[in-house]
Amino acid sequence: MKLSKLANLIRSKNAGPFSLTFDIMFPNEENYLRVKKSGVLNASMFAKLYKCPPDKVRFFECDNARAFKFSIPRIIFQGDLGDADLHGGQQFVPLTEIEIP
Amino acid sequence: MRDEIKFVAATGALGFGVHAGGLQEAMTHKPHFIGADAGTTDAGPYSLGGGEPAFPREMVKHDLALILRAGRQAGIPVIVGSAGTAGGDSHVDWTLEIAREVASEHGLTLRTAVIYCEQDKNYLKGLLHENRIAPLSPAPHVDEGVIDRSSRIVGMMGVEPLQRALEAGADFVLAGRCSDSALYAALPILSGLPEGLAWHAGKVSECGTMATESMGKGVLFSTIRADHAVIRAFGEDLRCTPQSVAAHSLYENTDPYLHKESSGTLDLSRSTFEAVDDVSVRIKGSTLIPSDTYTVKLEGAELVGYQSVIIGGIRDPFIIRRLDAWLAGVRQRIEAAVDQVFGSRLPKDRYHLNFHIYGRDAVMGSLEPNSGTIANEVGLVVEATAPTQEMATKIAILCRQPLLHHPVEEWKGAITTFACLHNPAHIERGPVYRFTFNHVALPHNREEMFRTKFIDIGGSKSA
Repeated sequence: MKLSKLANLIRSKNAGPFSLTFDIMFPNEENYLRVKKSGVLNASMFAKLYKCPPDKVRFFECDNARAFKFSIPRIIFQGDLGDADLHGGQQFVPLTEIEIP
Repeated sequence: MRDEIKFVAATGALGFGVHAGGLQEAMTHKPHFIGADAGTTDAGPYSLGGGEPAFPREMVKHDLALILRAGRQAGIPVIVGSAGTAGGDSHVDWTLEIAREVASEHGLTLRTAVIYCEQDKNYLKGLLHENRIAPLSPAPHVDEGVIDRSSRIVGMMGVEPLQRALEAGADFVLAGRCSDSALYAALPILSGLPEGLAWHAGKVSECGTMATESMGKGVLFSTIRADHAVIRAFGEDLRCTPQSVAAHSLYENTDPYLHKESSGTLDLSRSTFEAVDDVSVRIKGSTLIPSDTYTVKLEGAELVGYQSVIIGGIRDPFIIRRLDAWLAGVRQRIEAAVDQVFGSRLPKDRYHLNFHIYGRDAVMGSLEPNSGTIANEVGLVVEATAPTQEMATKIAILCRQPLLHHPVEEWKGAITTFACLHNPAHIERGPVYRFTFNHVALPHNREEMFRTKFIDIGGSKSA
């Protein structure tokens, strides 16, 4: 099943002008645990998807918030020449297609 | 030590709109202060670089009037942090002027502490030489030239300058760039309540009702006690749930558990969240790990240049199929034209041409996984950035002919290849800025980077 069917929020956002952060949240414990136990979400998977060195990816499993979180450095800093997503809000879409067994 | 401190977080962004009904209801629960955050870097480097607020004056005045009147009526202080979006001296003075108007129009007398945090460039160069400016990750390069070129550099204050202002009896604390959480943590910590809970409640409060389930209109209300804090909201059908409060510490942070502040690191890794009732959440277990070295986060912005843009679209499938090669040809012709017009006055490394290809990969750029998809049409935004507005505009004008008539081999004869959206085709964008610091300063003491002045505003005219 696609991650977007199990989560009720998948979003990206600036975490300050120099980093992007991605949050994946769930409507219930069952969906959260299904994704957590699948082990599909991890730093190296994210590094491949976002063309980023794996050691630059920070990954968190946040049980009390029923959420997963990834953070990476921005390739172009917020608002600098060439940046086309000032708030970083439209970078999450590749995550929606991830298949969860 | 006080038994408890209660406070209202009136809004996540002063000028976004304080909810009058929610504030009124919250005031009946007798808070000890009202706080409001007025700043963010999320609006981009323009506000800090250009000295301009990102919210309209009328809305800031509306919000200030609501909280200053509520504060005066209850006899409690009002704390506004990161004034005027970026918290530079001109942003603080802009907000102070609005507060003066509010005070005189509503007959309020306010003992006001104004805290400035813009940094002297020679002072910062001194810190740089003493190795007292340290990079965070990732950080742009910083040297004396960057300090000189930055149009404005602010230091983000922690609780200390706010606490001095409150101790001196300020009714209204108007602060420049300020840690969002510090705004709310200052008084609880001053009252002897646990630092971890105070900072955590501040962290939850910084975006107002974002920490509620529906994120509707209202205000957030926190109570800090010796061994726990309670968070709830007042407004339009707002509920704080353990998940909504826990989830908020993820928002706009790289790390959901550790949050660096001037005086230490807020550690939420052992925090617990439990429902008190349907709308309130009890937080326990949050701690502040004190730091050996006091740090002040720096924010700066420098002028990159001036910009003009051309917006238009391409529908011809022959061009769209080989867009990169076609655009490379267009770029070559533009560069040749710029060279002809400006010659040695504007070498290639002194101006920038950016093509944003909407419909293909403009939004994600090199991160786009589906950039090979052939679109039906593409939108093109061409940005020309140069040392002066006149140069940027001339470059944008020079872009038009190559975009309009660069050939494609399938068609023979004269063709027009680009659908301009506007006439004239270019738009002048004015100055553009970039952020210059992701660093902390290590000052010699906790006071030297901040300047506080006390003034009385309002009063005499309206008495």
